[in-house]
Amino acid sequence: MNTEFQNIAIKAENLTKTFGNFTAVDHISFEVKKGEIFGFLGANGAGKTTAIQLLCGLSIPSSGSATIAGFDVYRETEKIKKNIGYMCQKFSLYGNLTVWENLNFFGGIYGISRGNLKTKGAELLEKIGLEHEKNKLVSELPLGWKQKLAFSVAVFHEPQIVFLDEPTGGVDPVTRRQFWKMIYEASDRGITVFVTTHYMDEAEYCERVSIMLDGKIAALDTPSNLKKDFNAENMDDVFYEIARGAKRMDN
Amino acid sequence: MNSLTVENLTKTYGKGKEKVLAVDDVSFEVKCGEIFGLIGPDGAGKTSIFRMLTTLLLPDSGSATIENFDMVKNYAEIRKILGYMPGKFSLYQDLTIEENLYFFASIFNTTVAENYDLIKEIYVQIEPFKDRRAGKLSGGMKQKLALCCALIHQPKVLFLDEPTTGVDPVSRKEFWEMLKRLKSRGITIVVATPYMDEAALCDRIALMQNGKILSIETPENISRDFPYLIFEIKAGRTSRVLQALENFKHKKNVYAYGEFVHLITDKNENVRPENVKEYLQNEGFENIEIKLVQASIEDSFIYLLSN
Repeated sequence: MNTEFQNIAIKAENLTKTFGNFTAVDHISFEVKKGEIFGFLGANGAGKTTAIQLLCGLSIPSSGSATIAGFDVYRETEKIKKNIGYMCQKFSLYGNLTVWENLNFFGGIYGISRGNLKTKGAELLEKIGLEHEKNKLVSELPLGWKQKLAFSVAVFHEPQIVFLDEPTGGVDPVTRRQFWKMIYEASDRGITVFVTTHYMDEAEYCERVSIMLDGKIAALDTPSNLKKDFNAENMDDVFYEIARGAKRMDN
Repeated sequence: MNSLTVENLTKTYGKGKEKVLAVDDVSFEVKCGEIFGLIGPDGAGKTSIFRMLTTLLLPDSGSATIENFDMVKNYAEIRKILGYMPGKFSLYQDLTIEENLYFFASIFNTTVAENYDLIKEIYVQIEPFKDRRAGKLSGGMKQKLALCCALIHQPKVLFLDEPTTGVDPVSRKEFWEMLKRLKSRGITIVVATPYMDEAALCDRIALMQNGKILSIETPENISRDFPYLIFEIKAGRTSRVLQALENFKHKKNVYAYGEFVHLITDKNENVRPENVKEYLQNEGFENIEIKLVQASIEDSFIYLLSN
């Protein structure tokens, strides 16, 4: 393995997915460095979810290539799944299991030993301040706590990459900031963070962002370079400028 | 004249130890033709208030009138004059766009033709897909159809429960332009949203947390009434700036704000931008930009939450 390869967490080249006549993801190419916080933005229907499914090994591309944590998206999807964490806004935890049961369940799935689960699990709950809620059903927790727990579960097995699909939708501004602190901590530990959001202030917290439009990547750079290139005051204006060019309606 | 009057509304769920106070003694008024925003995170009690005001849920105590009809006694009258777009998509998934629209028109004893003028601007955007089943529509199209169905009987009051959650920034802007047009036709609009930037587009807003209203004001007054100074700072990597300012002597609060960091200090402490700059320079920062700014709704909300 050469060093350049070792520093790349995600590499996609002309990655494409078609459904019948419809090209949901259209020849996208990009690289994400290890430990980077990468924002994956786009309007509803731009193809973000399909792209994430390809990158997580949940859907096989129609053409193009990609490696995730060094594993091939066609042949090594099971290895990909072992080396990533995933959370989304809608479903990440079982609402009718308790906090502790969820931790055990997901930890077990990712092959963490029983002994380890006990000690590491207790540490984790203490860290996010949920030790007293251990035996509560997840469905009874406020959304902000749920999302913090879901994130902790997604990185519990110390994956190389964590995919976060709109993790902070509907969360209050204070909890949103606590959530981003957790993201920074994970990134400091070397975990690569791949995150989608509709909050443009959060785009600013990413090291680099890409903006998808009609299945293609329309822009990719650091937030400050994007603002310069589009002569925009903030990321909201950059997004608006790009998305105005959208041809297709959300599918 | 008031379109809505809400007095001491309270709602609890569950019993005994499991009891949850979802709406805690909430009172407010909405004027005719006003856009009134309930702003707050998930779990603040917004949906429970909506369900009571739309006569779908009985309160434990308190009362409300809508267009002078009592929420409990005159529920049947109220249902005729209000339009409701719930947070969860609630149209018939197996009916097409057109079928849904005709169905809701007929329920309210009216016709699409009679009210077409009101929905036209929104409906033309989804009309090319009118034979598609509602279950097969994208989020943005579902949202537009739901709004058409909520408007088809020319309601006096429109309740919109988080109509833009999970919707991208461009579609959100378009949606708010539609609301402005409906307002100009005299429809009273009560809208819930977790997005602080949308709050600024309402005539008045109620900031909510844990079932309580923290403040009711115009967006301008909420910004004006912010009791502290806000320094907007840019000096390199956000996490490092935050860490350094944690130990700033006059700090009341410090948090990330997009590409900037917001530092909050007491007005009496007379902190000036130069003081903050000097402090950061001593901490080894370069290229420091600092200016005093007005509070946004988000700043105000963070302040209210931390009190």
